[in-house]
Amino acid sequence: MNNIVLLPVLIPFIVGVFLILLRKQVHLQRIISGVTAFFLVFLTVFITYQIYQDGIITIELGSWEAPFGIVLVGDLFSGIMIVLASIVAVACLFFAFLTLHPDREKYYFYPFYFFLLTGVNGSFLTGDIFNLFVFFEVMLISSFVLIVMGGTKYQLRESFKYVVISTFGSMFFVIAVALLYSVTGTLNFAHLADRISQVDSADSGILTVIAILFLIVFGLKGALVPLHFWLPNAYFGPPTAVAALLGGLLTKVGVYSIMRTYTLIFSHNQDFTLNIILILAGLTMFIGVLGAVSKFDFKRILAIHIISQVGYMIMGLGIFTPLAIAGSIYIIAHNMIVKTALFLFCGATEKVTGTTNLKKMSGLLKTHPYLGWMFFIAAISLAGIPPLSGFFSKFALVLAGLEEQHYFIVFVSLVVGLLTLFSMVKIFMYVFWGSPSLTPEEAKKRKVGKLLLPGIPLVIISFLMGVLAEPMFILLFETAEQMLDPSIYINSVLKE
Amino acid sequence: MEILMILTVGVLVSVSTYLLLTKSLLRVILGIVLLSHGAHLLFLTMAGLKEGAPPLLGEEAASYADPLPQALILTAIVIGFGVTAFLLVLAYRTYKEHKTDDLDQLRGSADE
Amino acid sequence: MKTNFLMLHTITRIVSFIILSFSIFLFFAGHNNPGGGFIGGLMTASALLLLYISFDIKKIKKAIPFNYSTVIAIGLLIAIVTGLNSILFGDPFLTQYFEYYNVPVLGEIELTTALPFDLGIYLVVVGVALLSILTIAEDDS
Repeated sequence: MNNIVLLPVLIPFIVGVFLILLRKQVHLQRIISGVTAFFLVFLTVFITYQIYQDGIITIELGSWEAPFGIVLVGDLFSGIMIVLASIVAVACLFFAFLTLHPDREKYYFYPFYFFLLTGVNGSFLTGDIFNLFVFFEVMLISSFVLIVMGGTKYQLRESFKYVVISTFGSMFFVIAVALLYSVTGTLNFAHLADRISQVDSADSGILTVIAILFLIVFGLKGALVPLHFWLPNAYFGPPTAVAALLGGLLTKVGVYSIMRTYTLIFSHNQDFTLNIILILAGLTMFIGVLGAVSKFDFKRILAIHIISQVGYMIMGLGIFTPLAIAGSIYIIAHNMIVKTALFLFCGATEKVTGTTNLKKMSGLLKTHPYLGWMFFIAAISLAGIPPLSGFFSKFALVLAGLEEQHYFIVFVSLVVGLLTLFSMVKIFMYVFWGSPSLTPEEAKKRKVGKLLLPGIPLVIISFLMGVLAEPMFILLFETAEQMLDPSIYINSVLKE
Repeated sequence: MEILMILTVGVLVSVSTYLLLTKSLLRVILGIVLLSHGAHLLFLTMAGLKEGAPPLLGEEAASYADPLPQALILTAIVIGFGVTAFLLVLAYRTYKEHKTDDLDQLRGSADE
Repeated sequence: MKTNFLMLHTITRIVSFIILSFSIFLFFAGHNNPGGGFIGGLMTASALLLLYISFDIKKIKKAIPFNYSTVIAIGLLIAIVTGLNSILFGDPFLTQYFEYYNVPVLGEIELTTALPFDLGIYLVVVGVALLSILTIAEDDS
């Protein structure tokens, strides 16, 4: 009976509803949403601290007991994810204050922003697979609205495709849940894990099919190759604040779901499923980074990079040792923070130069040095240069891969790291080096100033995550141990 | 009965696949709607078709139907309702802006 | 050309009230019998839509001066607040309470917190259905 774990879901929802009523008062909307977003950061940190101290927190909604009703479960993994989500949300929200067109603010931007957070936090906290579907839909519908908001030709066209593909994926989710229910007769994560661990090997074939079906569903949300094709175009259309939020949060929910279901539920026949995950991880990394190398557009490169980074996250799951899982969570954390920061700097650059085409800008380092160096730090962090966060996450994954003798995937990940560095340096050279494309008068007029503020804390966090890698890994190892031992989760939910 | 239901699901899914692959916006939406019907029907069938009273208080029957799949399907239908409404408005706006509902002409070019 | 839809108008006046009262019946029948906020809301929305179709949109706007997005927000608020009151009593969110009362004319009736929750759903469904249809209908450009 711990309503506290419900609050990260409930508070954004209530605030979102209130903001609908306050449609006309844009200023009031900003104040309320800003305060709420900050409050959520403190709240989620507090909850995660509680989970760290006292173990898994569960709540049975409506007082219906665990396998029958819906439970929300906060374990360390979900705790870390909600903290990250609220940090990303705060940064993007303040960037939206500074850049968003006033018309968008009137058309329910803030309500849907908070509904999106409701869906994301709900997906992280839920302990029931059908409830996961519902929160996925809350999140997706809000993301549809945010992506299409503004209604330019490009946005309408690409969002239609995005909506159709996502809905198609959701229908597969329903089908997968149907099959799972017919085989196991339950939908509660803990109960499912309990029942599937008792299935004898003769029946496990159908379960493997279901597991792969879920991999397809979550892979579509998480943009795994070959299900990634919708992402670059859909994220290119909306304003940068929205693209940063979606890029930071949405695919990670897909990745979270894959990690949750494959560590907790589908614990049978792991030789087969984990191999498939490793193959997909390699493909996702490589094809994603090739896309990024070939493009000449700031925003598009960042969007395609999301795909390549998803590959790393899945790679840790495929190796399946505590070190690898810890590395995976580390890289999720690193990526959410750094990718959001990069998107925000991209938005600031767009404000200054009026374009995202790399070939149309140069020499910003002379006129806007702070923007340039901040971008540089974030970019090399993404590429994995010590002592920033990107290095330690990749280091853990590579180490785990070598220990388990997955040499090929390690090789692929190192090559991809190199290509990531290449594409980031490409951006840096085109945008910031060379002779200034803006005249001094123009540059004076177009100050970045405040636009950097939301991004700087993210860069600092990335730096701290690198410097404090030791305590981070202590926390992450505990998380990984908790994930790799499903009995902890099962016992705390079913209270046996 | 199960065979009949599964056949219906098959017909629904194949028709919706056909519609999803056509070039008109409206047909694609109809395809999504039919696919959701197929998925819901599959859910109902997979959860087991049973005879029995509805699981309500005061129905003193020997056996009851399983309420869970019905509740879940209702939830999925409501979500489908919302998404379909959104898709219809979106398709309408797309049609208004682009003056076409042909997906071939909505492809977009590489240099954008 | 001005046409006179006498039949349509007369029948709509009668039929929409039948649908409305049936939708209210469905709304109250929910919880322990088939019915509830969702289906009741959809029926109400269909009755109102019938009015919009047979009469002019502008005329009905005068008769029913609601802003449907506000209706959605209020519905959501009612539903959440109903769920929240269980937190005050120290129970998990959405725990429901019910009690039987004797009311003079109606006899014994059951009052439950599921009813205001359903009212919230009802308002949301009416709001969503009408808002999405009217958005397209009003766009004459």
